[in-house]
Amino acid sequence: MDKTVNQKAWFLVLPVFLVVAFSAVLPLMTVVNYSMQDTFGNNQFFWNGVGWFKELLDPSTDLGGRFLASLGRNLFFSLVILAIEVPLGIVVALSMPREGWTVAACLVILALPLLIPWNVVGTIWQIFGRPDIGLLGYVLNAAGFDYNYVSNDIDAWVTVIVMDVWHWTSLVALLCYAGLKSIPEAYYQAAQIDGASRWAVFKAIQLPKMNRVLLIAVLLRFMDSFMIYTEPFVVTGGGPGNSTTFVSIELVKIALGQFDLGKAAALSLVYNLIILIVCWIFYTVMTNAGVERKVQASSEPAVEPKPSVGLKPVPALKPKEGVA
Amino acid sequence: MARIDLVDLAHSYGGNNAPQESFALKPVTMTWRQGGAYALLGPSGCGKTTLLNVISGIITPSRGQILFDGKDITPLSTQKRNIAQVFQFPVIYDTMTVGQNLAFPLKNRGVPKAEIDKRVAEIGRVLDLEPYLNRKATRLTADAKQKISLGRGLVRSDVAAVLFDEPLTVIDPELKWQLRSKLKALHRELDLTMIYVTHDQTEALTFADTVVVMHDGRVVQSGTPAELFDKPAHTFVGYFIGSPGMNILPAEVQGREAKVGGHVIALNRAYDNLPAGAKIEIGVRPEFVEVVGPAPGLLTARIERIDDLGRIRFARVRVGDAKLAARAPAGFTSADGTAGLKFDPSHVHVYADSLLVEGAA
Repeated sequence: MDKTVNQKAWFLVLPVFLVVAFSAVLPLMTVVNYSMQDTFGNNQFFWNGVGWFKELLDPSTDLGGRFLASLGRNLFFSLVILAIEVPLGIVVALSMPREGWTVAACLVILALPLLIPWNVVGTIWQIFGRPDIGLLGYVLNAAGFDYNYVSNDIDAWVTVIVMDVWHWTSLVALLCYAGLKSIPEAYYQAAQIDGASRWAVFKAIQLPKMNRVLLIAVLLRFMDSFMIYTEPFVVTGGGPGNSTTFVSIELVKIALGQFDLGKAAALSLVYNLIILIVCWIFYTVMTNAGVERKVQASSEPAVEPKPSVGLKPVPALKPKEGVA
Repeated sequence: MARIDLVDLAHSYGGNNAPQESFALKPVTMTWRQGGAYALLGPSGCGKTTLLNVISGIITPSRGQILFDGKDITPLSTQKRNIAQVFQFPVIYDTMTVGQNLAFPLKNRGVPKAEIDKRVAEIGRVLDLEPYLNRKATRLTADAKQKISLGRGLVRSDVAAVLFDEPLTVIDPELKWQLRSKLKALHRELDLTMIYVTHDQTEALTFADTVVVMHDGRVVQSGTPAELFDKPAHTFVGYFIGSPGMNILPAEVQGREAKVGGHVIALNRAYDNLPAGAKIEIGVRPEFVEVVGPAPGLLTARIERIDDLGRIRFARVRVGDAKLAARAPAGFTSADGTAGLKFDPSHVHVYADSLLVEGAA
């Protein structure tokens, strides 16, 4: 059968093409274009080739030094919050009630931080931590701790990390709770009968059943924390000095503060590339985990124990006459 | 190894003050002897799983006691009772090998390593799991997984009773026979008390030497399969056991006669002391009613259809409003759709308010 040829069909796809072109392709290409040039304003551009990229990856230059330092801070930040939020989320999920009205109450309370806009979270903590009027800052100082996130690097880091933990542990906890809820009651009863301790139940039942959602939680939290901008920007503005300047904050400083479009474009392309690579690695790891299981399944046919050997033969039992 | 006594045991999910009619398990006193193979039979929601969970300690009963060999263990937790339980869906620990799964209950109880290895090897042999001991347990078939669940119970040498909660539900039909035979063999080999919950009468009657029938939270009869079949103590047992179930007909009973719709059916025993005001019924199994050509002196019935079960044929007939099943002898046909019913008097039972009444000889 011949296909009807009707080139008018292209018109149906055209709107999407246009939208994607103007919203994604053109801006991205503009960024690529900028990354190869230098400008001093007045819409005058000078060709620079891969110069910005070379500078970016060379720690001895100003641009490279700032980028690599902020990248390091960003990775450290992600690691720290993952190391706190994942175990804490598991603990919270484990200690949540399994039924009754308290479940709904817990879910709502846990969901609250997730519902707050990011800049509001930042503002809350910015005020909360102030030594003069903030509850946290005031109480800490009154208790004898010299706490000031504006002047002390470590205080600033602690504030940013605690804020992120407060904001996002709920997400990990909710995901883990969903994983926990999917475990049938019989598993717990069987473990009880097997005399398993609380820790053995966690290791043998709960953790294995949660590993899938945990992988998703780690992925989400890593990506989110790697591109964090709003909260630290609102609380510390990247300071004191550059101590809490993460990649996105550095990027905005260069692009909008200094209006160095070429450097900023090169930086954002590399930033984008890092995110893509990390995404790809996670994706491969996650799908491979599934594939491995399937391969194992097909190469090793489902095991079927042979009918009894080494036991007295048992005559097949027949239902009693007239009963069945 | 133990004898299990239930003393005035009852459970309500609504608390002890709930009206007794709402109890999931109504007060019951009974004994499970050491080494018996029991089946708890009843329809869904009749309280059999509740009773099982009370014995294993997953549920603490609202009232009453459970004695193991005369020792009250009611307040003890599941871990402290020597009970093994196999659930409807196989429970295996995914991350462990089959061997580690079997060793789990012993490891939790701090048994020395050498002892664990010995027991695991032994149970692996008994359950034909030897070739899989070092494999991950996840990739096994449902029946193998169910064997592992069972094995985790049997691996403890001190286990007093093994409880089964409809363990064959997820098993393929052809494997069900195998696994059930295996359970029977284990029962003989290990001399364990086994309690098997099911709603499938074939499973119950083939597995157990004593079948306990439950209905609406009550134990209505406990006896051998033959007893349940020949002399149901409750109309429910008559109806639930056997296929088709027992015919139950409202009747007026006087002495050695039962009147059904004006027609007299002879009885083997005399029933003179029936409780006044009780609902009187007669019950007779389809196997002991025969359809024959209509004749004077026989109860006349209209034939609705005849089911051919291969080995035996049952006629579905109607007498007035009541529906009955009756044996149709080979070669029986009915020209005009009516037939006479011939009752075997020795198998006609009389029930007052659903309970069997023993007549005088």
